[in-house]
Amino acid sequence: MAKKRVVTTTLNGNQTEFLCEPRQTLLEVLRDNLDLTGTKEGCSNGNCGACTVILNGRPVDSCLVLAVEAEGATLRTIEGVATAAGLDPIQKAFLEGAALQCGICTPGFIMQSEWFLSQNPKPTEDEIRFNLAGNLCRCTGYDKIVRSVQDAATTWQDHYMKNCHEKGCH
Amino acid sequence: MRDFEYEAPITLAAAIELAGKHNSSARMLAGGTDLIDQVRVGRLAPDMLIDVKKIAELNVLEHSSFGLRLGAAVPCYQVYGHCGIVSDYAALADSCRIIGGVQIQSRASVGGNLCNSGPAADSIPSLIALEAVALIAGPKGRREVAVEDFCTGPGKNVLAAGELLVELKFPARVANSGSHYRRFIPRNEMDIAVVGVGASVVLNDAKDKFVSARISLGAVAPTPLFAKAAGDGLAGQPVNDDSIAKAAAAAKVIAKPITDMRGTAEFRMHITGVLVERALKAAVARAKGEHVDCKVGH
Ligand code: FES
Ligand code: FES
Repeated sequence: MAKKRVVTTTLNGNQTEFLCEPRQTLLEVLRDNLDLTGTKEGCSNGNCGACTVILNGRPVDSCLVLAVEAEGATLRTIEGVATAAGLDPIQKAFLEGAALQCGICTPGFIMQSEWFLSQNPKPTEDEIRFNLAGNLCRCTGYDKIVRSVQDAATTWQDHYMKNCHEKGCH
Repeated sequence: MRDFEYEAPITLAAAIELAGKHNSSARMLAGGTDLIDQVRVGRLAPDMLIDVKKIAELNVLEHSSFGLRLGAAVPCYQVYGHCGIVSDYAALADSCRIIGGVQIQSRASVGGNLCNSGPAADSIPSLIALEAVALIAGPKGRREVAVEDFCTGPGKNVLAAGELLVELKFPARVANSGSHYRRFIPRNEMDIAVVGVGASVVLNDAKDKFVSARISLGAVAPTPLFAKAAGDGLAGQPVNDDSIAKAAAAAKVIAKPITDMRGTAEFRMHITGVLVERALKAAVARAKGEHVDCKVGH
C-alpha cells in the first residue's frame, strides 16, 4: 500500500493536518477522516456538485480532487459558512425560499452560490442558472433555488458588495 | 479507489525522470477531472500519478506579438478570464466556458482535455482552428506536433511512454481575423457535444472576402478532424451565404459520424453542416469587430 502522507491545510480558518493515502479524494478525507459530513457525496464523478468546496478561492468538486493535492491549500466547507452571529444570508434565503427538500444537494448549492455572489453581487437569472449548472437537485426543482439566490442578492446586496470590494474583484 | 503513489515534482526534468521510471504505469495529473474518475471506475490502472501543476513550464500563460503560449496545466477559468485570449483567440475562450460546470472549470485544463483525447472534447476543434502546436517533452528531448495530428483514436494520442505535454503554442493572430467554437447538446449546459465545430477566418481589409479559413469538427469521427479542404476552399471567396454553405458541404464530406445514444449518424451529419455555417458566420462577425452574443448557456 502506498505510504500515507501528512497534509497541512487551512480549513475553515484553522490550520488542520491530516493523514491520508494518495488514493483518497478530498471528499473522502473531509467526511471519513475529519468527520466533516456536511459536504455530501452524490455521484462521485463530477456531475452533481453535492461535494462542492472552496479550494484556494475557487469552487471545486471535492470528489475529483485528491486529498494530497490540498497540501498548503486554503479550504472552505459548508461547516465554515455560518458564524457565531448566525446563518449566512444565502443560508437564510434558502430556508425562507424553501429551496430544499431532502437537503442532500444543499451544501453544494450553498457553497457554489455564496462563492458566485461574492464574484457577481448583481447577477441576472441566466447568470445564476449558468453558475449552478454543475449542481444537481433531484427533489426541489431549480426555480426555488434560483429565486433564493436572487433574493439573497437583492436583500443582502450590501453584504455581497462589501465582500466583493474586500476581495478587490470590481 | 485503486492504490497508487503520488508525486508532485517541481521541475520538468524530475517529472520526465519519474515517468521514465514507472513507464506506462504512470499518468500525469493536471486538473484530474477526467483522470480521477477514470481511475475510480477502473478504466485506467496507474501505479503512479505525477501531479504536474507545480511545474512552472506547465503554468505559462503568455500573450505577446509572437502569439500565445498556454501551459498544459492552466485551468479553463484562467483561459476565459484572460482578456487577450477572449479578444484574439475567442474560440478557445468559447470552449473553456462550456467544458463542464464552474467547479470543473476551476480545475480542468485545456492540455488535459487534449491529452484525454476524447472525440467530443470541446477544446480540440478550437485548438485546431487556431493552429495550435503541442510542445511535448520526454526522455529523448522535445518535439512539436500540430494539434490536428495529436489524437490517434478515442483516448489515444501520439504521446509515447515517458512523454508529457508541456504547452500549446499558437501563432499571433493577424488583422481582420475572428474565431468561434459552437456545439450542439440537447441540454443548455453540462453535456457532451453531439457535434462541435471550431472555425477561424481571416478577411481582407474591405472585409468582404475570405483570405483564409480553418474549420475543425468534433464528435463526428474517432478523433477531432481538421476540415482542411473546406477551409482552403474559402480563400479568395466573397463573404456570403453561398460561399459559407459550400464550405459547410465540403466539411461534411470528411465527417464519419456514428449512431449512439446522443444522436444518429444522419442527425450528426446534418448538424455538422448547420454548425459549420453558424461557426463561420460568428467568426466572420468577430473578424469585423462585431459583438457575437454567446450568451452563457445558449
Ligand atoms: S459527488 Fe462530487 S460532483 Fe457529485
Ligand atoms: S433537495 Fe433533495 S436533491 Fe436537492
